[in-house]
Amino acid sequence: MSLVETLPVVWYFIIGFAVMMYVLLDGFVLGIGILTPFADDDEQRDHMMNTAAPIWDGNETWLVMGGAGLMAAFPKAYALVLSTFYLPILIMLIALISRGVSFEFRFKAAKSRVIWGFAFAAGSILCAFMQGLILGALVEGMPITGGKYIHDVTFGWFSPFSVLTGIAVVFGYALLGATWLILKTDGRVQRIAFDLTRPLMLAVIAFMLLVSAWLPFLSSNLMARWFTWPNFLYLSPVPILTIINAAALWIAVIRNREVEPFVLSLCFFVLGFIGLVVGIWPNIVPPSLTIWQAASPVQSQGFVLVGVIIMIPAVLAYTAYSYRVFRGKVLAGEGYY
Amino acid sequence: MNQALFLSRLQFGWVISFHILFPAFTIGLASWLVFLEAWWLKTRSEHVRDLVFFWMKVFAVSFGVGVVSGIVMSFQFGTNWARFSAEAGNVVGPLLNYEVLTAFFVEASFLGIMLFGWQRVGHKTHFACTCMVAAGTLASTFWIMAANSWMQTPTGYTLKDGVFYPANWLKIVFNPSFPYRVVHMVLAAFLCTAFMIGGISAYYLLRGRFVEKARLCMKCALVFVAIVAPLQIIAGDQNGSEVLRNQPAKLAALEGIWNTGANVPWVVFAIPNEITQSNEDELSVPHLGSLILTHSWSGEVRGLRSFPRDDQPPVAIPFYAFRIMVALGILMVIVSWYGCWRWWRGTLFESRWYQHAWIWMMPSGFIALIAGWWVAEVGRQPWVVYGLLRTADAVSPNITGDSVLASLIVYIVIYVALFGFVGWYLLKMLRVGPVQAPQRKGIAKTPARPLSLGDED
Ligand code: HDD
Ligand code: HEM
Ligand code: HEM
Repeated sequence: MSLVETLPVVWYFIIGFAVMMYVLLDGFVLGIGILTPFADDDEQRDHMMNTAAPIWDGNETWLVMGGAGLMAAFPKAYALVLSTFYLPILIMLIALISRGVSFEFRFKAAKSRVIWGFAFAAGSILCAFMQGLILGALVEGMPITGGKYIHDVTFGWFSPFSVLTGIAVVFGYALLGATWLILKTDGRVQRIAFDLTRPLMLAVIAFMLLVSAWLPFLSSNLMARWFTWPNFLYLSPVPILTIINAAALWIAVIRNREVEPFVLSLCFFVLGFIGLVVGIWPNIVPPSLTIWQAASPVQSQGFVLVGVIIMIPAVLAYTAYSYRVFRGKVLAGEGYY
Repeated sequence: MNQALFLSRLQFGWVISFHILFPAFTIGLASWLVFLEAWWLKTRSEHVRDLVFFWMKVFAVSFGVGVVSGIVMSFQFGTNWARFSAEAGNVVGPLLNYEVLTAFFVEASFLGIMLFGWQRVGHKTHFACTCMVAAGTLASTFWIMAANSWMQTPTGYTLKDGVFYPANWLKIVFNPSFPYRVVHMVLAAFLCTAFMIGGISAYYLLRGRFVEKARLCMKCALVFVAIVAPLQIIAGDQNGSEVLRNQPAKLAALEGIWNTGANVPWVVFAIPNEITQSNEDELSVPHLGSLILTHSWSGEVRGLRSFPRDDQPPVAIPFYAFRIMVALGILMVIVSWYGCWRWWRGTLFESRWYQHAWIWMMPSGFIALIAGWWVAEVGRQPWVVYGLLRTADAVSPNITGDSVLASLIVYIVIYVALFGFVGWYLLKMLRVGPVQAPQRKGIAKTPARPLSLGDED
């Protein structure tokens, strides 16, 4: 196999990894935002936000990595996807701005605290929804002819399926956020998180079933790989593990465990993500653009690969270090700086 | 002009001009914090420690806005400039990706420890994290300036069917304009910050608050500007010579030169008229143009008329913006050298109007910064990749004017609001000022008490 054939495969996994890291790490931060309306008062809201304040920025950087990686390795896909999803991306960015500045401003504000509490929650919910919607629209497929999207360019991404995946992601992130709060807090906030986890878990499982059941009916035929014999047999470990994972999560929550629910929720997402990646492969923009068609030349992919090989382990190491520095419970009232 | 194209240009100019204000401030502040913290480690002076905490808070707010507006930037290329991304992505994409790998991750991860880790890590470790953040901001400058400079003076590529392929990465990164521009940009960022530091100190001096601390900061800012502002003028002059070599049309525009010839005068002021292709109400100094640009009395400079109309950049913006930048650069030297003279005489802190001068100069760095970027970017028009890819051919084919209009309005509303809030919170922090910083209670695994002093009303 030549570099021209293998490098795009390697990059498919690098970008997949970056996006997955983003979904896991920023997923729980967005989840916290989705859950802040359930706090009893401002102090609890502070408590929730403080669990993520030192790390949210690093988590969000994985999104930038995914975007820049896509531009470097699959420029055609980057150009096509971003310009086609113009409005959902705009809304997602605005939501990210609103969520992000709330972290800084809320602690500086006095009278305007309410605004930033609202901006934090609304930004998080909207951002999660838009990410789910974009994902759903991508899975439905972006038919192109002659380099142009064939549907309505302004609203072509809007469909019942993409709305469904949007809502599903909101619940999914909320689950991550709730289990993170179980891990990082105690007292009343932890209680709230425990109470929310069970219904959230049921909702997430329901959404997973619903989305899976819908897949065979999508016109993109994208997920066909999943439903043909004998593929289904080879791939069956993924759904089976998902079911086991769901059961384990349920038990961990019932037993009031603190660490396991978060870890198992992360695994839940990883499995879902693997299912998706397997389904889309080898397309980068389903159904018509494969990774080889969208790839940048070997000189580009190879050049950045060197940086990735050196830097990503370093990034993971100091991310781990930073989580270690802030390990343990975050106490109510533990402050800024 | 195609509506989506026109609005996309407006939008790009708006969001990048907004974004760059915050990086410029945080690039300078990060290095300033390294300096302060090193000073504190050495002297253990309580004053200096209070200053570290104060400037760290200012840093945190600016950084936050820099991050969120930067994320917008990294999507702009795909949403609005899809053709550019598809055709030049092979070259620009890897540079931006290196920026993420070597700068953004570093900044973002160590920032958390820098801001929240005071009670959790040792002093030396904390200092190391501050250094990493500062290194990250400079690495970021390196890569983004490489990307932008490559678009100004492309080298090291091959062009096939309208798509750029990288041929030599060293030549791409170290393209002809890069060394000049990266130096000019870093100095600009430092100047922006130094004027903020000096201005804020002057404000405290005038009010008689935190006098000791404000004097320290004022002296630092003063000496720094006195050294760096002249260097910036030299760097700017070098930058101009480079533009003369590689982008003659831009140079002609920013100097307001229409006719090719020797013995070029230096136009102090004029109203350039693109229709008549000449200047009105011109005020100029004979020979000075040749002298500055070619460093010889009668050197020849190409005028705008020698370029086809289609290849001429707009003239007014680069012309005026350039004059604003240069005037401010000269003003910076005057203000800082005068201050040094007063200091030498021992009267630095005796004059109220001189403190007022520093308050007035607070935005000067940022104004020069924006002016400089407009010179560089508008002067590059009508090209995105100079001489090779036209801006008009770079816009996304997939977007409609209505979508871009909607996004432009949204960005204007949101950014104006953001700007207001940032200004408001910075003012609030300023009113509280560099009060006594919380003491460290030894490295606690589970820190006690709220540390958030001085944030609340
Ligand atoms: C000279 C410096 C400079 C210039 C010209 C730009 N930036 Fe910037 N940018 C920075 C210097 C910087 C920085 C100093 O590294 C920031 C400022 C605050 C921060 O968090 O990092 C940053 C933040 C920042 C972030 C957030 C990083 C994070 O998550 O931590 C992104 C995605 C971008 N930028 C992207 C861009 C793009 C696509 C630009 C061009 C079109 C751009 N920036 C121009
Ligand atoms: C940070 C400081 C920067 C500022 C203030 C700035 C400013 C501007 C402005 C005002 C324009 C509009 C010019 C016109 O349409 O007449 C523009 C165009 C453009 N700039 Fe920059 N720019 C900056 C950095 C960058 C960087 C770092 C890149 C790329 C890596 C870049 C890429 C572009 C592109 C692609 C355009 C074309 C779109 C257009 O013409 O509007 N810019 N910029
Ligand atoms: C007398 C002094 C100065 C001269 C002669 C000068 C010259 C120049 C020139 C010729 C350019 C265009 C470069 C290009 O298009 O590639 C430029 C750009 C720029 N200038 Fe200046 N400048 C001066 C002072 C300043 C000052 C005081 C600041 C800010 C504090 C500043 C900030 C910038 C910035 C940010 C850019 C855009 C980035 C770049 O292209 O390097 N300049 N300057």
